[in-house]
Amino acid sequence: MRTFVVHRLGLAAVTLAGMSIVIFVLLRLAPGNIVDLLFSAAGYVDPAEKQRIVHELLLDRPIAVQYVQWAGALLHGDLGKSYRYGLPAAQLIGPRVPVTVELAVMGMVVAILVGLPTGIVSATRQNTATDYGLRIFSLAGLSMPAFWLGMLIILLLVRVTGWIPPMLYVPVRENFGLHVLQFLFPALAVGYRSAALINRMTRSSMLEVLREDYVRTGRAKGLGGRVVVYRHALRNALLPVVTVVGTEFAFLIGGLVVTETVFNLPGVARFLVEAILWRDYPVVQNLVMLIAIVVVLSNLAVDLLYARLDPRVRYA
Amino acid sequence: MSQVDAVAASAPAAALIRRRPGGARVFARRSPLGAIGAFLMLVVILAGLAAPVVATHDPTRTDATQTFTPPGPRHWLGTDHLGRDIYSRLVHGARVSLAVGIACALLGGLGGGAVGLVSGLAGRRVDTVVQPLLDIMQGFPLLVLALVMTAALGPSLGTVIVAISVPFIPRVARVVRAVALGVRETTYVEAARAIGAGGARVALRHVLPNTVAPLVVMTTAQLGSAILVEASLSFLGLGIPEPYPSWGRMLSVSATEFAQRAPWLVIFPGLAISLVVFASNLFGDGLRDYLDPRLRI
Repeated sequence: MRTFVVHRLGLAAVTLAGMSIVIFVLLRLAPGNIVDLLFSAAGYVDPAEKQRIVHELLLDRPIAVQYVQWAGALLHGDLGKSYRYGLPAAQLIGPRVPVTVELAVMGMVVAILVGLPTGIVSATRQNTATDYGLRIFSLAGLSMPAFWLGMLIILLLVRVTGWIPPMLYVPVRENFGLHVLQFLFPALAVGYRSAALINRMTRSSMLEVLREDYVRTGRAKGLGGRVVVYRHALRNALLPVVTVVGTEFAFLIGGLVVTETVFNLPGVARFLVEAILWRDYPVVQNLVMLIAIVVVLSNLAVDLLYARLDPRVRYA
Repeated sequence: MSQVDAVAASAPAAALIRRRPGGARVFARRSPLGAIGAFLMLVVILAGLAAPVVATHDPTRTDATQTFTPPGPRHWLGTDHLGRDIYSRLVHGARVSLAVGIACALLGGLGGGAVGLVSGLAGRRVDTVVQPLLDIMQGFPLLVLALVMTAALGPSLGTVIVAISVPFIPRVARVVRAVALGVRETTYVEAARAIGAGGARVALRHVLPNTVAPLVVMTTAQLGSAILVEASLSFLGLGIPEPYPSWGRMLSVSATEFAQRAPWLVIFPGLAISLVVFASNLFGDGLRDYLDPRLRI
């Protein structure tokens, strides 16, 4: 197991280094440099000020030097400075992280609570009306844009209850109930897609396991349907589902970008969109790198968990 | 069996379809939901192609006297805050969404197919270089990578297509590579090599045809994703700029300001996006079941 962990950690580090190069190069594909873009909207530009920012961003140095400086600063926790706000990016990003983490976790909880049971029911009642209904429900989840679902939820809430989720962030200490409600609806919007995927994977995995000999043996020796399904089949069927849950985390971040915007939640994902629209590239670069780190770590966690659950993986 | 291996295992099915006469009828009988999806897709494609004929109004013409008109006989799906006809904008928007979807799926399919073939056939050294690169590209959430690329290159139709296609390449490449690795070891490829067939001939004549089935399945699956990502980019204001009427941007403009006053501004463009993606998912699922029922999820 130790060799496996070391190998996977090494691979994660190499992937992160590669991702950092991709991000760095991508944001330099824009015609002109970042300072030109920053000043493009301004009327009169003080050349000295422009030169100062060029120097500050190391744009007068070779690109390899720029990369090494940026990566080094990042490794030391220096996220650079926002040119829109004139503040250190860490100061702006810090308070937004809990918002995004909370939404992501709640979205994932919704996805698992909805996706797993519906997947089991779909598999145990294969090719019945319930199965077809649940399959259409899951396909619909994969087809609806998360932001549209969010808008529909708001629209419906206003029409039916006359209530609209607060458009200003309510901290948990200020009003716990309202805080949970504020996050519940975006979590539903963002979790539906993941629920659909978990449903499909659980169904397919359960169908495969339910045909195994040991399940037939369990039934033959008189075990009840529930015991066979939940104790024997589900445990083994969950392995591929764990992978989907882990990889979905990356997709969830994509969903958060639009959902935070619709529900006006001051999270990291919405801040990324704002930074892109304001061309605050130092912030964009660091935020995308932070997202990459989260994705790589979640993939690593899935791999390690998978190896823990299935010994065949670590000996492969 | 992983999804990639499973798709790879469906390779011989390509030959099966080619040999079977009346494939479309068999497909419809075996996968009625897939056939419904294909039919819906066809309807939207035809509507998009015939947009100037089937649209009732000029999609870009504003009319200050007709703002926020609810759906009715004159404006079937109502009008927006500038008095533009929603139905006509939706029909013209179908062109944009489908053009982006099809272009991205094809570009991603072609790019991923080529990378996958090279990675699977060119030997260990090339594979060792290509695989980590694919890992790196696949590590980014699709929308985040597309967002950064459009931000770097500036929003335009071409940029959006490139920004959405590039993240598809590693996903397709993995599937094609898995097929190529399997076919590479078969006796007929060994026989072809023995009679002097070169690398390119083996790749194009013997391996490529076997990748058609999984490629078709993957491409159809990417079509829906591409339409969703384009809609998300446009919604965030980083998609296709004016004057193209894009479904995502129709939602963006009306998003917060006018939704309560005119809910049809939100309902119809979202329904159009969901319907097309739903149809492409149904078709993709049907195609996958038809090519190899073992892949059914």
